[in-house]
Amino acid sequence: MNPIQDLIKNLADQYGRNRENLLPVLQGVVKQEKYLSEYSMIEIAREMDIPAAEVYGTATFYSFLETRPAGKYIIRVCKTITCAMKGKNQLLFAIQDMLKIKIGETTPDKRFTLMETNCLGWCHKAPAMLINDEVYTEVNPERVREILGKYMKETI
Amino acid sequence: MAYSYQLKRVDFIFRNENDWEKVLSTTIKKKPDELINELISSELKGRGGAGFPTGLKWKLTSESKAPTKYVICNADEGEPGTFKDREILSKVPYKVLTAMAVCGYVTGAKEGFIYLRGEYKFLEEELNKAIDEFQYYCKEINLDFRIKIFMGSGAYICGEETALMESMEGRRGEPRNKPPFPTQAGLMGAPTVVNNVETLVHTWTIFKYGAKKFYDLGVQYSRGTKLFSVSGDTPKPGIYELELGMSLQDFVYEFGDGDTKAVQVGGASGFLVPRKKFRDTAIGYEGKLVGISLPTGGSMMLFNSSRSMFNVLDNYLEFFREESCGQCTPCRVGCQQLLLGIKAVKRGEKPASYLNKLLKLTETMQLTAKCGLGQSVANSFSSIVENFREEMIY
Repeated sequence: MNPIQDLIKNLADQYGRNRENLLPVLQGVVKQEKYLSEYSMIEIAREMDIPAAEVYGTATFYSFLETRPAGKYIIRVCKTITCAMKGKNQLLFAIQDMLKIKIGETTPDKRFTLMETNCLGWCHKAPAMLINDEVYTEVNPERVREILGKYMKETI
Repeated sequence: MAYSYQLKRVDFIFRNENDWEKVLSTTIKKKPDELINELISSELKGRGGAGFPTGLKWKLTSESKAPTKYVICNADEGEPGTFKDREILSKVPYKVLTAMAVCGYVTGAKEGFIYLRGEYKFLEEELNKAIDEFQYYCKEINLDFRIKIFMGSGAYICGEETALMESMEGRRGEPRNKPPFPTQAGLMGAPTVVNNVETLVHTWTIFKYGAKKFYDLGVQYSRGTKLFSVSGDTPKPGIYELELGMSLQDFVYEFGDGDTKAVQVGGASGFLVPRKKFRDTAIGYEGKLVGISLPTGGSMMLFNSSRSMFNVLDNYLEFFREESCGQCTPCRVGCQQLLLGIKAVKRGEKPASYLNKLLKLTETMQLTAKCGLGQSVANSFSSIVENFREEMIY
């Protein structure tokens, strides 16, 4: 068995193989692999005995279940109203400038993916962003350079 | 001033209380009927925004004879401008867990779930620790109730209770037809109580201090207190517990920056109130005797005169277009067309009268969309377009 098959089998053993266990299994694969490839979705379908189309349909519904290759660190900048008012664009410019990628792209070294997302629930400390599960609030261009610098040097 | 009372700060929800064990053990010594009556007489309504009477919800579920029932704590807080549930779960998780267990005792449910939005994954670890400690105590007092966290994965619509249950059953978060209501057939077809995080904490207050203490706060039809998430153009953004029934004018005096042009009450799915209507607007559930009464899940966003209302509406519509589950046509196509429509008017490709057509479209969506998302797009759309029409055009 290859590593992905192993991973999926372990997740299915841990959570169960019923339909209601599908989301935790999908989340588990995303946690490890950063995204759900067509291959992993087919493997999940086989392991859990669910039609592959159903797995695909479910996975593509959720914005945090990536189905395109993504980097080790996924940066999600909140674009909803308060963050938009408080300077998320400047934040995005700073990130794009630093990583040399556009929104939706991944750096060639597969370390950073930049995305926009809907309300993160930090409107009182806007603008906010997530790097994987970590939250950063009241980020200005200066701070974001500092934060990304740490990630680049892997000191976080 | 039209309304004479001032804003009343209250401190119930975040009050630091270390006696949850005692509250739990004494509450479950009372009869379920007694507790339901206590809740009904407090007139507590759901704090997620919809405002369904909580006591009635528990009662309906408890009356069912089904062998399996569930309690779900809805922590899929996704409405733009709301961030109170996260604060509750990180500061006073025991109140939520206790209330869930009491709900289980009252309704006969043995299992409870916290549906936590993916954006709040960082809370999971701490919350699991609290759950472990809580379960240990449940065993000690022989209370058979288990709580688990179910993680969401970034979908606003999953805050709608039936979409939430679809999601927990491993499917796309597409809302179901109602009826049957969750109290009859919810998670896995079993009767289910779905309560907002804040609602559960209010039940704790009611069980600990009695219904009267809660009922004495607020105004008729809108009893008790509410957590408000204040953001936007304000010198003091944050979370505040206030009595229901305040006038928006008083609210703006307290939280405005002196240049407040409009306030969005209830997030993107709520209403935008322009300055000229501050005085006539009260914050509470429907049924207030005078003036307009606006319910809110807690989101209060202030905009000052430097903000373009076109940009605000554009931002909301983009949000709805992305978060619409796509299941029913009025919402899926409606959200897209509204967004394209206002842009076309702004660019001069469509005449100003086209806005009237779009308003009709929101009416259709209100009547025909399957769930609250599609139905409530009309709220913000019509209140912005009607009050700031010139900003949509020029």
